[in-house]
Amino acid sequence: MAQPKEIKNQYKKRTLFQETWRRLVKNRGAMLGLGFLVLLILAAALSPVLFNYEVDVIGQNMQERLMAPCGAHWFGTDEYGRDLFARVIYGARYSLIIGVGSVLLGLVVGTILGSQAGFHGGVTDSIIMRGIDIFYSIPNIMTAVVIVSLLGPSTVNLMIALAFSCASSFARIVRASVMTIRDQEYVESSYAMGLPTWKIIVKHILPNCLSPIIVQITLLIGTTIISASSLSFLGIGVPAPAPEWGALLSAGRGHIRDASYMCIIPGLAIMFTVLALNLLGDGLRDALDPKLKK
Amino acid sequence: MLKYILKRLVMLIPVIMVTSFLIFWAMSLTGGDPALMLAGDNAKPEQIEQIREELGLNDPFIVRYGNYMKGMITGDMGQSYVTKRDVFKTFMERLPNTLMLGGAAVLIAVVVSLPLGIYTAIHQNTWKDTAGMIFALFGTSMPNFWLGLMLIILFSLKLGLFPTGGKGGLDSLVLPAVTVGFGLAALITRTTRSSMLDVLRQDYMTTARAKGCSEKQVITVHGLKNALIPIITAIGLQMSLVITGSVLAETVFSWPGIGRLVYDSISKRDIPMVTGAIIMCSILMCIINLVVDLIYAFFDPRIKAQYSKKG
Repeated sequence: MAQPKEIKNQYKKRTLFQETWRRLVKNRGAMLGLGFLVLLILAAALSPVLFNYEVDVIGQNMQERLMAPCGAHWFGTDEYGRDLFARVIYGARYSLIIGVGSVLLGLVVGTILGSQAGFHGGVTDSIIMRGIDIFYSIPNIMTAVVIVSLLGPSTVNLMIALAFSCASSFARIVRASVMTIRDQEYVESSYAMGLPTWKIIVKHILPNCLSPIIVQITLLIGTTIISASSLSFLGIGVPAPAPEWGALLSAGRGHIRDASYMCIIPGLAIMFTVLALNLLGDGLRDALDPKLKK
Repeated sequence: MLKYILKRLVMLIPVIMVTSFLIFWAMSLTGGDPALMLAGDNAKPEQIEQIREELGLNDPFIVRYGNYMKGMITGDMGQSYVTKRDVFKTFMERLPNTLMLGGAAVLIAVVVSLPLGIYTAIHQNTWKDTAGMIFALFGTSMPNFWLGLMLIILFSLKLGLFPTGGKGGLDSLVLPAVTVGFGLAALITRTTRSSMLDVLRQDYMTTARAKGCSEKQVITVHGLKNALIPIITAIGLQMSLVITGSVLAETVFSWPGIGRLVYDSISKRDIPMVTGAIIMCSILMCIINLVVDLIYAFFDPRIKAQYSKKG
């Protein structure tokens, strides 16, 4: 029986994305975070157009070394006379790429491990989860130290090192979600229809675990950006002269007495980026939480 | 209970074996020939060969690992390439400093965050709650080594209240401990708030009020005691954050702990020191996790009963 037109309009059908977006827009903090991130991504994407990497970002100019923030150099200059504003903006590329890259890499590995553990249970589950437990017992930074010393310091290797800790975190979440879903009737019916296991997991189970994964992605990118900068600060991250934020802080540390802005500014960049990601992540969690649905 | 502790200690053995195997394997693949590093630049090939033979470097990997494990049981984890000192001894000398820093950080975090978390939960959806949550949000978004640098600029260089680094009196502990504790405090505040919010809605809270308990009693005795388990879990899970934080804070403040040791050893490519320190750190983490599990039992009689049954 066809529904009357007015009833159809009254109860407009919304997809998960539309519904989440509708609720996210009402959250001021999340929108603030999202706005900041959009600006940052734009700045990072446009930085090769705005600045000449060889001249502005890594080119040395000893006449202008250690200038405090002024009209010509908004964030001042470093010990080689390089404009800190250009370096911080360009550095956003590294932090964002490393943050997003390692989280996505961790997501793929973690999802495969977590869904296998959760779906099959038993011995598979025990082996995978005990492995992850063992992994958890080593502090993240130590794991990263081992991996970077094994592979050598570079942006890609740093991403791989950080992806390890993301993967274990995703594996736990996906496993928990899969375990609650695998016994549902629609999963059973796809079994009965003869779908192969991987297809059931990809088509019917994972889409139903999306909410916690999306929230975790946002929050983990923030944590990973902090970890990446920590490793660069320790000198085992992105090699010089690349303007990664942690490396900028490490350079600034040497001038903490005479040019403290070199320490302050890159740290603020990290903090506001992670703050924006946390605001967005918290907003997404509220928007995706079915308990809060009216 | 004792049986449970013993069982958990026995279960630690395979975990330690696997972790140390992975670390030993990974580290043995890195960085040049140890014999060459030990012998120095002017060594003759025969001398290098002799060192290789003495260190057992010509043995297959699995034999070397077996020897390493055998040594580990007696507290012999090899010799540093750089200082030529015993790895295990050096680690144990540094350990109290890191434990002191970590302990002080956890103490600061708990002292700040428990009252703050309870306060924000009681005043949910008021400006006080918002202010507390903004503090927590900043705390979780800040790289702690950067906070350390900011504290040095403000309290050491501008105000001259605390030393910029090194280990001296109690005043030298303040800034590093705040650096490590701040992020932890933010996380515990959030957990305490949400855990308290769950508890505040329970019927037994109303019952306690109906019986005529003062509000303070209701919150601390009936509320907090029940809210503590998730809070302890959160603190336990963040212990790896304390270790990570210590590595960075020790570097910023030149604090002579394990973190500083690992950092120095990495920059000097002192492989036995790095291997030993990381293996010892993971053993330390396992023991901390066990202690956290036992603390649960102390606070929650239900869990204690479970342990006794399992044991």
